[in-house]
Amino acid sequence: MTTTLTDIPAAPKSLKISDKRAQRRKFQNSLASIALSSAMVVACIPLILILFVVIQRGIAAFNLDLFIYEQRTFRATEEAGFAHGFVGTALIMALAIPMAVLVGISTAVYLVEYGRGTKLATAVRFVTDVMTGVPSIFVGLVVYAVVVRGTGLGLGFGTLAGAIAIALVMLPIVVRSCEEMLKLVPDSIRNASAGLGSRKWQTTTRVVLPASAPGLATGSMLAVARGAGETAPLLLTALGSLFTVTELVGRAQASLPQLIYQHARQPFPPGLERAWGGALALVIITLLFTILARTLGTKYNKIRAGM
Amino acid sequence: MSTATEATTLRSQLRGTKKGRYADPLFKSLMTTAGVFVLFLLGVMIVRTTVDAWPVFQKEGFFGFLFGMQWTAQASNETTNPDLMLGTYGAWPFIYGTFVTAFIALVIALPLAIATALYITQAAPRRIRNSLSYWVETLAAVPSIVYGLWGLLFFVPVVLMPLFAWLESTFLGDTFLFEGPVRNVSYLAAGTVLAIMILPIMTAIIREVFSAAPQDELNAAYGMGATRWEVIRQVLLPRSTSGIVGGTMLGMGRAIGETIAVAMLVGGSQRMGYSLFFGGDSMAAHIVSTFADAYPETIIGLMAIGVALFLFTFFINILARALVWRVGRLGGDSAV
Repeated sequence: MTTTLTDIPAAPKSLKISDKRAQRRKFQNSLASIALSSAMVVACIPLILILFVVIQRGIAAFNLDLFIYEQRTFRATEEAGFAHGFVGTALIMALAIPMAVLVGISTAVYLVEYGRGTKLATAVRFVTDVMTGVPSIFVGLVVYAVVVRGTGLGLGFGTLAGAIAIALVMLPIVVRSCEEMLKLVPDSIRNASAGLGSRKWQTTTRVVLPASAPGLATGSMLAVARGAGETAPLLLTALGSLFTVTELVGRAQASLPQLIYQHARQPFPPGLERAWGGALALVIITLLFTILARTLGTKYNKIRAGM
Repeated sequence: MSTATEATTLRSQLRGTKKGRYADPLFKSLMTTAGVFVLFLLGVMIVRTTVDAWPVFQKEGFFGFLFGMQWTAQASNETTNPDLMLGTYGAWPFIYGTFVTAFIALVIALPLAIATALYITQAAPRRIRNSLSYWVETLAAVPSIVYGLWGLLFFVPVVLMPLFAWLESTFLGDTFLFEGPVRNVSYLAAGTVLAIMILPIMTAIIREVFSAAPQDELNAAYGMGATRWEVIRQVLLPRSTSGIVGGTMLGMGRAIGETIAVAMLVGGSQRMGYSLFFGGDSMAAHIVSTFADAYPETIIGLMAIGVALFLFTFFINILARALVWRVGRLGGDSAV
């Protein structure tokens, strides 16, 4: 009995391991943590800075004048604005959204409902992936060659050409995000619909599409946010204008990004101020659409997760 | 009696009609047409621009066009003789400018993107994790024209110019890369703003790659007493390499195709210089900045630049997707 008692070793002073190696590992770990969090801060600075500067410099020109007057000289301090740009962007988007959304959602429906596992679907999916990576300036060149130029359709610079270019930029985004959303609809409700005797197109249009409507809206709105800010393709297809243009074909059309581009590259302070004001308006539009889309998307995903 | 007739009418209402039989194939073919239309669109894009740019490739030869140092636009009369090209079209200065700016952007953005993605997925307190990635990715929606305006009128003159002047004054100024004079618009200015622009999208992709790593593997390492840094270094990073390379290349594709911000910041000359402070031009920027007052013949030259630009981004994207797909196809916003 007594021998076993003496075999018990003396208790260590502390359970904490504190040899040199452990200390070094601990030190390395805290060093890495500091490096990672400071990288996060460094990454955030320019992004916060851009919002801050755009608001700070744009707020002065962000008034009623900007929305109700057309541009005059760059030096004009009153009664000058981007009204024609807002009209142009609105018209271009009004034409582009139906084109992109209609073709985009149909393609997504094909990919999810009809094409599963076929070679054609793989090809379509691959092509949309490629199209997301196509530079928007190349899209502008294509629309210039096919729609604007005399050797193509020869419609000339204008609203329609700009809208086609923007729709082409939006299309792959709509397809990609709507495909993801349609995939989230569980097969059980498709089967339930089929069990009630509905045809596949009835199932698709009356069950699957309504069930994923918020998701489809999210995808489309993300694409709208992207399309509304595109500048490069518009410079090649809508060209730009000094006046409000309501014709859809035949007259060059202004747009908000194009006006910002034009005003940023001239020396007169009132014009520069308006460029900042226009940029603020554009940032508000795009961020509004993005945030709205994401809020809707998060809600939709929560509903899906509950199903 | 009445119930029986009601049942029969109801039954006849529910019964599929002859017409209804065609609804399904019709709907299917409509949707399939939309899918095929997308294929057709890309085909048109490639064929049409290549055909339009053909005279330039014919005159300079494909490689002569890519590596020619001289870009001189001339006006031939397109209507009488469309194949007659008077100018010299060598796109190398623009190709060089494109890759230099994209490379600068990657060198700055990649370490930051990896560190930020690591912070968001591994180190950030759970409460702020979601809102951090939410805001970083939302800011990716800020249009490129706004980045250009901000860079041209604020970031470059206020922040970068003093930094560049200091860089030039150190020993680096004696090397050819940082040789003066320091200009307001240059490769380095454009590349730095590009880095800020591609940072959100690269962070999003790399974050996705890190989230795809199985939590069990990480937990196993933690269970053996590894510190967080050791888990990151020895478990997370090795298995994410291909995904990170793919994400980098997607960011590079973005940087190469980026137009308007670069056009405002890169300088806009038709020559090239080896100093990073040189004001050159990139392919996309050259197209957009000379398009409005180009001769018909020059537009053919610009079309050729467009075709080359498309080819570059095409191959970079295919490679990148192949690498990222090994992790699993990216979904949602990071794919956009």
